[in-house]
Amino acid sequence: MEKRNAAIGLVLFCVYLVLYGGFVFLNAFSAETMELTPLWGINLAILYGFGLILAALVLALLYGYLCRGETNRTNGSTASDNDAAREARP
Amino acid sequence: MIYEASTLAVIVFFAFVGLTLGISFFLGRKAKSSQGYFAAHGQIPWFVNGVAFAGDYLSAASFLGICGMIAFRGYDGFLYSIGFLAGWIVALFIVAEPMKRLGKFTFADALDAKFQSRGIKLAAGVSTLAVSIFYLIPQMVGAGALVTPLLGFPHWAGVLLVGVTVITIVVTAGMVSTTWVQFLKGSLLVIFAAILTVMILNRGFEVAQGGADGHVLQTLGPFSEQELAGAVEKAGYQLLPATGGWKDHPFVRLKNKSGQISVWSIETLEAADGEAAAADGEAAAATSDVSIRLHEAQTVTKTEDGQELINGRPKGNQKGEAKLHPVGHISRLPDGQQKTGPLGPATFFSTLQESEVVLWNNETISEADGSTTTVYYQKPTPGSQVLRPGEDKRFKGIRSKEPLDKLNFISLMLALFCGTASLPHILIRYYTVKDEASARKSTIVGIAAIGFFYVLTLYLGLGAMTSGAMDLTNSNMAAPLLARSMGEWLFAIISAIAFTTVLGTVSGLILASAGAVAHDLLASGFGVQLTDHEEVRVAKLASIIVGALAIALGILFEGFNVGYLVGWAFSVAASANLPSLVMILFWKGVTRQGVIAAVVVGMVSSLAWILLSADTFDKVYGISNATGLVPFSQPGIVTIPLGFLTLIVVSLLTKKNEPAAT
Repeated sequence: MEKRNAAIGLVLFCVYLVLYGGFVFLNAFSAETMELTPLWGINLAILYGFGLILAALVLALLYGYLCRGETNRTNGSTASDNDAAREARP
Repeated sequence: MIYEASTLAVIVFFAFVGLTLGISFFLGRKAKSSQGYFAAHGQIPWFVNGVAFAGDYLSAASFLGICGMIAFRGYDGFLYSIGFLAGWIVALFIVAEPMKRLGKFTFADALDAKFQSRGIKLAAGVSTLAVSIFYLIPQMVGAGALVTPLLGFPHWAGVLLVGVTVITIVVTAGMVSTTWVQFLKGSLLVIFAAILTVMILNRGFEVAQGGADGHVLQTLGPFSEQELAGAVEKAGYQLLPATGGWKDHPFVRLKNKSGQISVWSIETLEAADGEAAAADGEAAAATSDVSIRLHEAQTVTKTEDGQELINGRPKGNQKGEAKLHPVGHISRLPDGQQKTGPLGPATFFSTLQESEVVLWNNETISEADGSTTTVYYQKPTPGSQVLRPGEDKRFKGIRSKEPLDKLNFISLMLALFCGTASLPHILIRYYTVKDEASARKSTIVGIAAIGFFYVLTLYLGLGAMTSGAMDLTNSNMAAPLLARSMGEWLFAIISAIAFTTVLGTVSGLILASAGAVAHDLLASGFGVQLTDHEEVRVAKLASIIVGALAIALGILFEGFNVGYLVGWAFSVAASANLPSLVMILFWKGVTRQGVIAAVVVGMVSSLAWILLSADTFDKVYGISNATGLVPFSQPGIVTIPLGFLTLIVVSLLTKKNEPAAT
């Protein structure tokens, strides 16, 4: 389950990295594009910025949904359980 | 500006702070063991912890710094909002669950889980201290900025007040009460930011000729450049020659009949079609026809004997004295409107896009008699420019053709992205919940609350920009002053929340530092045998020392925009901590030496880079026009990869000696 969550996390992370990278590089190398007003008279800089914030929330909820099965398994584990688990590692 | 305390504001403020302290004392009584002190027994419900994440994270930088930057320069401050939130994606998808699985109290625990090495504990402990102190500076500066308008105290008194209060909270309480204070503050901050946004939208935009104090900013002209002396005489002024430091600046000084000297900025109007050809070569003929307009500017003069003059008069409220006029107005709305009435969340932007806002720039002029004058002058700016990135000089990389400037911008955005998941005071919050699922869920709640707040920062900043209440000398004060333009009650509440914001974040940071000192450095690193109670006592002692240091630095860094300072803290955190944190999770070949080397190299290189940058030379050491010893100011793009590289190389080199680590 640990591995599965990590894999899902990594995929979603890459999705966001592409979105964020797109924003940063568009700003750095094509700043004029950010001044276009494609929707409701609002420029792309604001639309993309709000979009990034919304995307973060959507991806976070998606991750929470995909990982939900694990919840019951670790319920009841405490800090001392974690210690024991830690010490068991090589 | 000069601030007078309002009784209502002071009462609401102290009630709020008192309540916060009360909660701290009440909950703090229960936390006697180190498990309770550092990690709240791992028993905080995930939802509460999630909102507390927002409380920890939405620091003075977010609330004061970003709003201030947007209020003075437009869209650029919002780039910080975007970067700060993006960092949570790294925290949630990569770091959250392993952190919870591996660690106990501190970030060093997690790094060291596999190796049980003193060296790692030491290195991680020192880096926690370094990042926390860097992050503490802007919080303390923010505290001073808040208390000044609210209580009428000077900056240093505000910093001292926060410092002492926080030390009290941390020493008496620990993680349980810090968490509940953060929960309270996080919720209130988001709720009241939303209320303020609704009020901004309801107020809409209105054309004005000056700030909220009713002073109408004067304009003279247009007239041709040749007629300048004659034209100002007609208006009752005498033109002073541009001598000394005033030469080659776009300002004129005028003296009125009572001998009062005022400064005006020169606006060169577009030449008419016929004259455009002259620009090619016949400059002599052209200048006589250039038409100009003068705009009233505001000045702050510091004389050699330490006196402060505002617009040429002594600073004060009495007759014959002056204070800076508050600023921030719209000079033109679309379709010649004077007032828009209530606006929707989308029409707010589309209306501003078509309007013209008066922003303010400043230039400092040194005179022969040893005095320096800062001239604040109007810069009417089209809304389409206000709302586009790259207007602030700190983000000039966006519009500059220089590759190094572009690299500087990308470097900052990278540091913001990587920094969140490496901040020690955020990482310790993963130990206050009971399991990995709770760690994950609380991060999602955190992202929702923080993301919502960051959307609001753009409305708050632009609302402040057009509120007529801004203080030219301090961008950090934008959000509280915006609230004051809406009413005393709101001002009192917002200031109190912002103040508890600082309190909360500072206590989190001090707690993280104290944990690093007691748990990582002393107990694990140097092998000092401490009982549970002694560890807590050492942590409390460390809190007092770190707190005192933070107070001193907060006073020293008064004039900085706090958002900008936080950018630095993120760079150091990302460079020192992220490489080891990520590599331990994804690469089996990591060795003990690799981790130590990566933390040390990342921390030292990013700190050195910042201390040697042109920005620091200019703003901290006071050497203007220095080029700095590094090519650009933001270290992230160099030092984060350097940390990864160090870790990989050192790990490969030391692998054979340590078969147990594989």
